[in-house]
Amino acid sequence: MKNFTKGLLKENPVLVLLLGMCPSLATTTSVINALGMGLSAMAVLVCSNAVISALRKVIPSKVRIAAYIVIIAAFVTIVEMLLKAYVFSLSKSLGVFIPLIVVNCIILARAEAFASKNSVWQSVLDGLGMGLGFTLALVIIATFREILGAGTWCGIPVTTMGYRQNPALIFILPAGGFLSLGLILGAINLIKGGKRHE
Amino acid sequence: MNNYLMGLLTIILGGLFTQNFIFSRFMGICPFLGVSNKTSTAFGMGMAVTFVMTLAGTVTYLVYQYLLLPLSLTYLKTIVFIFIIASLVQFVEMALQKYIPSLYAALGIYLPLITTNCAVLGAVLLVVDTYAYQTLAEAIIFNFSAALGFTLAIVLMAGVRERMENAPIPEFLKGFPIVLISAALIAMSFSGLSF
Repeated sequence: MKNFTKGLLKENPVLVLLLGMCPSLATTTSVINALGMGLSAMAVLVCSNAVISALRKVIPSKVRIAAYIVIIAAFVTIVEMLLKAYVFSLSKSLGVFIPLIVVNCIILARAEAFASKNSVWQSVLDGLGMGLGFTLALVIIATFREILGAGTWCGIPVTTMGYRQNPALIFILPAGGFLSLGLILGAINLIKGGKRHE
Repeated sequence: MNNYLMGLLTIILGGLFTQNFIFSRFMGICPFLGVSNKTSTAFGMGMAVTFVMTLAGTVTYLVYQYLLLPLSLTYLKTIVFIFIIASLVQFVEMALQKYIPSLYAALGIYLPLITTNCAVLGAVLLVVDTYAYQTLAEAIIFNFSAALGFTLAIVLMAGVRERMENAPIPEFLKGFPIVLISAALIAMSFSGLSF
């Protein structure tokens, strides 16, 4: 159980470990995109963790990174084709960031640090926890950016008409991605009592 | 001919400024945040990435056009490309170690990191996905200028970070938050170039 819950807050991959920065900046312009990205990455993470853990005694340690990457790439291709078949508009708006899940540091890091040393069941739990933590972080960033930058949440209007016609557009532009993440990390530091990141 | 040259110039300017990989496409953020402490290491990383990206762009373009397309295996592109990049990085590392040890000493520690740099895979996937880059020359120039844009961004950031070391920053913003906020300011000035 601890393996499941640690990914959510204490070792949150984005907000605490600072892994997987590219998708967490690029796909958080709207909550829908963030949710799609988070869940796709979680599916890949759970499957690759399970397979890598099952094969951990078979893969020679010298070529393990290459083997991990091929396993991850196979699952990413499956997810990519499924998204294209069933939710085409989402796969269109996430674009090249779906195949880029292959090089998401979170997935390779969990394979190397956890799945290669633990049982299948524990690795699946770890993948679920880390995947949910990643999704949660993405949704938090996207909520911040979508409300300020478009005046909506998940496409639902949550601000006044006047604000929606003239929102702080900067937050859904690239510069706003850096700014939002910086401010959110700063706020987390403030809550933790000024304890800074290493 | 003139139009063709203008097209190539547009690709170069896009890679360097308006479509900069770090500041507008969000690719390669991990090394951008991780290796931008000092200007010299940032420059080394930028050079290593430029070298690998140009090579990877050439090889993946040829493999895609003459192997995957004729055999209609394009759905395997993610797996094939990441495999090409990983082996290319390995070969480059071994070749440099053997033949140009001085360059290996300078780039050595950054090379293994490049496999998981999403700018490399992102660039080669963009070339085959967008159909905007039809010829080999265009593909190579796109990769090369995107890598130069990455180098520009990471060196600029390192310059800013060196200056910030002695600045009075509020305690809760120290470390990554202030780096991200300054990156936002640089990104704003870059997006100014595209209007």
